[in-house]
Amino acid sequence: MEYLRGLTEIFRHPGSSASRNLKQKFGFGFLIVTALITVVPIFAIFLYILIKGLPAISWTFLTAFPTDGVKQGGILPAIIGTFYLTIGTAIFSVPLGIGAAIYLSEYASDNRWTRMIRLAIINLAGIPSVVYGLFGLGIFVIFLRFGTSILAGSLTLAIMTLPVIISTAEEALRAVPQAFRVVSISVGATRWQTVRRIVLPQSLPGILTGVILGLERAAGETAPILFTAASFFLPRLPSSPLSPTMALPYHLFVISTQVPGMPVKIQYGTALVLIIFVLGMNLIATIIRSRARAHRQW
Amino acid sequence: MIKIHVEHLNLQYSDGKESLRDINLDVLANQITVVFGPAGGGKSSLLRVFNRLNDLADVKLISGRVVMDDVDILEPKIDVTALRRKVGMVFARPVVLPMNIRSNLTYALELAGEKRESVLDEAVERSLTQAALWDEVKDRLNEPAVSLSGGQQQRLCLARSLVLQPEVILLDEPTSGLDPISTGKVEATLHELKERYTIILVPHSVQQAARVADFAAFFLQGELIEQGSGKELFINPKDKRTEDYIMGRFG
Amino acid sequence: MTKSWNEFILDWLIKISGYSAIIFVALIFYFLLHEGLPTLSEVSVTNLLSLRWYPIEDYYGILPLIGGSLLVTVGAALFAIPIGLCTAIFIAEVSPRWAREILKPLVEILGGIPSVVLGFLGILILAPSLRRIFDLPTGLTALAGSILLGGIAIPTIVSVAEDALDSVPRSYRDASLALGATEWQTIWRVTLPAARSGVLTAIMLGIGRAIGETMAVMMVTGNAPVIPLKLNSIISPVRTMTATIAAEMGEVAKNSTHYHVLFFIGLVLFVISLGINIAASAAALRQRQRAERILS
Repeated sequence: MEYLRGLTEIFRHPGSSASRNLKQKFGFGFLIVTALITVVPIFAIFLYILIKGLPAISWTFLTAFPTDGVKQGGILPAIIGTFYLTIGTAIFSVPLGIGAAIYLSEYASDNRWTRMIRLAIINLAGIPSVVYGLFGLGIFVIFLRFGTSILAGSLTLAIMTLPVIISTAEEALRAVPQAFRVVSISVGATRWQTVRRIVLPQSLPGILTGVILGLERAAGETAPILFTAASFFLPRLPSSPLSPTMALPYHLFVISTQVPGMPVKIQYGTALVLIIFVLGMNLIATIIRSRARAHRQW
Repeated sequence: MIKIHVEHLNLQYSDGKESLRDINLDVLANQITVVFGPAGGGKSSLLRVFNRLNDLADVKLISGRVVMDDVDILEPKIDVTALRRKVGMVFARPVVLPMNIRSNLTYALELAGEKRESVLDEAVERSLTQAALWDEVKDRLNEPAVSLSGGQQQRLCLARSLVLQPEVILLDEPTSGLDPISTGKVEATLHELKERYTIILVPHSVQQAARVADFAAFFLQGELIEQGSGKELFINPKDKRTEDYIMGRFG
Repeated sequence: MTKSWNEFILDWLIKISGYSAIIFVALIFYFLLHEGLPTLSEVSVTNLLSLRWYPIEDYYGILPLIGGSLLVTVGAALFAIPIGLCTAIFIAEVSPRWAREILKPLVEILGGIPSVVLGFLGILILAPSLRRIFDLPTGLTALAGSILLGGIAIPTIVSVAEDALDSVPRSYRDASLALGATEWQTIWRVTLPAARSGVLTAIMLGIGRAIGETMAVMMVTGNAPVIPLKLNSIISPVRTMTATIAAEMGEVAKNSTHYHVLFFIGLVLFVISLGINIAASAAALRQRQRAERILS
């Protein structure tokens, strides 16, 4: 009844203070609804996969190879493969990304070249993941003859992860107060000494957070490794960086689209493991971030 | 004895702020030279010439000679790092590095390659004593420097500038954020330090300038208006502008 | 002197790292050109612009693929932009502090869910639901793709737009409220217009993410490369450019015509995302310049 009265109020006296306040109440209600539409699915997705996937999780599932095609057994090689790919990505993207961030934050002046670098970073961030897959195929698998391998996949994922690491690392570096740099220079430090002894250590938590978030994304990607690293079923664990490997996202993709008669339980179990891997990294990053904020000496 | 000889110094920034015009000045060793005047007069810029800290800013033009110990420090080829070890600086707001008290002091020594613990310990005690801070912090050397009070932090910054045993100490409004007691302690310390060091100070008030100056130079909008011994300048200023500023008629 | 040498090398390494981004973009562009341009000599333009994509019989019409991408993206935009924007407004302007601390991380988590997981759920839940609701032969349709893509674009839109709204100076809001406007009016008439460029950037980045998405769309859009021209196309299967590359690359012979055409499609995607990014950063630059002018 109240609402009906309110509605008629709005239509009869649109400018009045009462109708404006009511419009606001409706408006805010609408906004809350949209926020819920955005947020509720997150819980729903996670809970659903948890409920449906948990029955599949067992020690065997996590440590054994697939059997009966892939319809039974475990997903160990996929887990290990994703692990290897993540480490490989880190090896290539972290030093390069932090170096680029240091350049942008501490060394570069604001000229045309620097603007081009930033534009290039934005572009790298926007390139579709499947195009990275094509690039990786063309240059690492074929041209450099690495073949379908962990190496090719890691390099491809590394270039894809670079923009994320550079942006977050640069932001972390810039957050360090300029006064520290001035003081350091005034007692006779060179630019690099200032970076190594003060700026970098102080920005490390922020950089670490960015790195983990970037790697989390790389771990969950399928398209870049489709043609560069991933193989559907391998009887053994990869023996060298030049071997192909199984991987969790790719495995989930195949078992949910291309294996007739695949037990649904195992599909959900695989999805659950992937989500926990990814969300676990997210959690670690968040913890690092809040602990660093608490312990900051500035 | 002349420690720093400034001849026809001109300085312009790209954004046009705080420039210096044709400065001629001699800074004598072992005394406190005060550079004072209203805001925007170029005092901070002058100080930053002495340790080439203005290299960090956008300088459009710098000309003239600034000779310290027979070397023109404006020459591009000089070893700027060595210069900065010879000339220490204390800034207006105490900026302690995000480390413990001891590390704040050993930082500069470690940069220079000094690793011996005995040398570091001795330097820490010596500089803290000279800055009149040793008694207050000698049992707390491993605590974070930010846990000190404002006045203590500034004296820590003073100690930090002394750790490398420089020859010249530059102080840019070092007591502007401090209470009167801390200010008094810092001023007394400067008085003792001038026995061994050449001190150039930008005061935060005319009163402070009058209290500590052995020699004073009045800067107005980038120009050196008048210079003279502390007693003479403050009691009998020759230029009307100097007198007006000292009397508080503008500023 | 040894220290100077080390420092010299280090400075150079850092400089190279800085320029590496440009090197990689150029490299990617070069490779796409190198492997994709031969298409133009191997396939006639009429073929490329035809309405049939059937590589087995040498039909390389890419229009259905572009159409598919367009349809799914537009659908996603219609869904993601209002919801994303309103959520951003809610988080930035309306919600209390404690709610914000919970919502922001949640949105970040949503953005971190691997797209293959969303595609997986799309196959098992979304598509069958659509099939039941609309009484269709299959639920693997453009609509399913749009919904998933919308879900993928929303976190990007929310994060960037929320940042833009948050950085509107408090004084704008305070001034408006002091004039007697309600908070609701302030949001729509003052804050949002002030954050216009940032919000636009958010939308463009979100759409960019949607166009570039591969796995989720591949898994739920049904993979039928037909031109989506009919009114009910949204509830029929469709094929996007990204899905085409992902689905067919594994089966092509190196250096075959099909191979070149797939790279060509990749080139098209690259250019599209380049265009969106340049537009988005130009908008962001104008925002910054306008802010600097206002605040100086």
